[in-house]
Amino acid sequence: MEKLILRRVDQNNEEMILNFGPQHPSTHGVINFIVQTDGEVITRAVPDVGYLHRSLEKIGESTGWHGYMPYTDRIDYVAAMFPNEGYATAVERLTGIEVPRRAQYLRAISGELCRIASHLISVGTMAMDIGAFTPMLHGVRERETINDLIEALCGARLTYNYHRIGGVAFDLPEGWRDRTLAFLDHFDRFLVEFDRLITFNEIYIRRLANVAVIPGPMAVDYGLVGPNLRGSGVDWDVRRDLPYGAYSDFEFSIPVGQGMFGTVGDSFDRYFCRVREMGESSKIVRQALEKLPDGEIMAPKVQRNLKVEAGEALSRVESARGEMAFYVVADGTNKAYRIRARTGSFTAMGIIEPLSRGLMVADLVALIASLDVVAPEIDR
Amino acid sequence: MANKVDSGVGGDVTLFHTSQLDQLINMARENSLWYLLFGLACCGIELIQTGGPRADLMRFGAIPRASPRQADFMIVAGTLTYKMAERAKLLYDQMSEPKYVISMGSCANCGGLFQPAYSVCKGVDKVIPVDVYVPGCPPRPEALTEGLLRLQELVRNERWSDKRRPAEAGAGTA
Amino acid sequence: MTTSEIHELLRARFGDDVAAPAGGPRGDQFLLVKGARLIEIARFLKETPGLQFDFCEDLTAVDWPKRNVIEVVIHLLSYPLRHSLVLKVEADRAAPVVPSLEPVWKTADWFEREVYDLFGVTFTGHPDLRRIMLPDDWVGFPLRKDYEEAGGWHGITNVRADPLVELKRLDDAARAEVARSAPPPPPPAPAAPPPPEKA
Repeated sequence: MEKLILRRVDQNNEEMILNFGPQHPSTHGVINFIVQTDGEVITRAVPDVGYLHRSLEKIGESTGWHGYMPYTDRIDYVAAMFPNEGYATAVERLTGIEVPRRAQYLRAISGELCRIASHLISVGTMAMDIGAFTPMLHGVRERETINDLIEALCGARLTYNYHRIGGVAFDLPEGWRDRTLAFLDHFDRFLVEFDRLITFNEIYIRRLANVAVIPGPMAVDYGLVGPNLRGSGVDWDVRRDLPYGAYSDFEFSIPVGQGMFGTVGDSFDRYFCRVREMGESSKIVRQALEKLPDGEIMAPKVQRNLKVEAGEALSRVESARGEMAFYVVADGTNKAYRIRARTGSFTAMGIIEPLSRGLMVADLVALIASLDVVAPEIDR
Repeated sequence: MANKVDSGVGGDVTLFHTSQLDQLINMARENSLWYLLFGLACCGIELIQTGGPRADLMRFGAIPRASPRQADFMIVAGTLTYKMAERAKLLYDQMSEPKYVISMGSCANCGGLFQPAYSVCKGVDKVIPVDVYVPGCPPRPEALTEGLLRLQELVRNERWSDKRRPAEAGAGTA
Repeated sequence: MTTSEIHELLRARFGDDVAAPAGGPRGDQFLLVKGARLIEIARFLKETPGLQFDFCEDLTAVDWPKRNVIEVVIHLLSYPLRHSLVLKVEADRAAPVVPSLEPVWKTADWFEREVYDLFGVTFTGHPDLRRIMLPDDWVGFPLRKDYEEAGGWHGITNVRADPLVELKRLDDAARAEVARSAPPPPPPAPAAPPPPEKA
């Protein structure tokens, strides 16, 4: 890996090789970048991933259908509801299990809370990478409340394991609805405060606007998804365009990059999409709590030792990091033949090398932070 | 620094001239244990939350450092893969003595959920010595705080005379 | 557009190089295409108005030792038209070679590197084919069904001692400690029935 770049280094100019990571506070987990710079300007940054490759896809071939659910949590630990949901949806497509309406609503509620929690970490760490430590603490403070709510719902703070094939594990506990609504009231005020604190901060805008611009066609070509894609001005959200679960029942808008302070598709647009998405998620949770139907939370007669007919299915859910697709192949036994997770961070890493040419070293940090990559989603 | 003197009551009595100074030094050390931010996986998020406003690890004097050269101990938070194991060893070697390691979470303790994985190191103690193991998947911030308190206890009871680490560690567990 | 409609279009252009839609009773249908014409077919799918598959959603592989093939599976999605398609290419297990889709969709670059790393499929025409997840000197392709773990890496063992053995040792040590620090055993000789139970 190092040799590959070193070959190109000319001894007569100012070029040098920087090793950036894998243990570095701004790489968001264990990712290594080998950066070739000419002074402060990057000529090439090559991501070297795989430091958290935990063979999740191989393990899926031996656990049994239900047993894989806890492992899906670990695919994206910042927003663990979405891999849960993606995997459950894929198996439900393959088996034809119908999820009860109430369970679909609970999936939407938990998912949107989780999206808020994930974006809080994302925008908080982004501010930290740029050099402002306080917004991070604000984000973590609000996240703690969401963690409490989700803990009351399913007993775990981080790796939820809440979804089941055919429904969800637990119904709402007593008083949860009011606690959540109270939190959302507080949270909407917090968003205003957060905007005042950091989003429209002059320094912050200057650090992000016009940095690492990804044009729309390039974003599609490189397979960016989620807020990264929408930041580039492509209006696409799986929740609205290929609706799954209960999402067709809710009214919400999709924030798209406008180029508010610079070019469409710059780092600020990607950041701003996330901030606005938190407000939309809050709206969805309110609507879902209001419309929540009564009924069962699990489909009847889901076998414990589930056997799935031979076939294959792909499920798409809109995770906090964009479209997450689970590709599941069954061969008629009680174990999966192949489980594959297509995640947003993996493709987002692929765009860093072409995009990094000509960036300043400090802007590379802004680019990585604005793509919101999470190490296990890249490596699995 | 032990001197053997005859106190006149029969038999040898061992006196430690530095016993009080030990306490003083250890008091200073245990209350300013700085840790190396080494969030590897899921536990890394709980590590952030532990450093956050609610659990507030800083009230025990534990401040996160990004560089191993400035850190007193290392919290290995998360799954260690073979590819990462060499880097973890390197980071540990870069820390200055005295140094300690807290292994946070099942994956760092023994491989945890990822024991069947082909690419995961079955416990960080295969690579570097560990002082405190914190169980959980992931451990709550309270658990990690308890782990830090155990480490402080370990430091408090350390004596200057035998401060050199033994070749194999593994003194306390939480 | 459904998979069978797309199949009609493709058959009109490429003949028998595109097989009829297949798949299980539920889930997705897929089209098996000949590897030699994959790039042509991919370009056709991307550029023909009415198909416009501008987004390569996923590219992965599945190992089938019984049929002695590795299937490369490509999921396509069209943002403007909101339809999707699954393509499959079969490659021989002994020496799997598939043309690279990197010139058509840039995102295939990293996907193909991953498949090369974990399945050992060689993609001809790929600009930078090397391992991505595993260390460069890793032996074998782990996601193949017949992969056997090498047992550790670079001297790091992958064996973990049975925790019960260590627990038993600690237990025994604690018991011995209790026995040693117990009140001096011999003095009263008559009252000594419990020992056999302890052992």
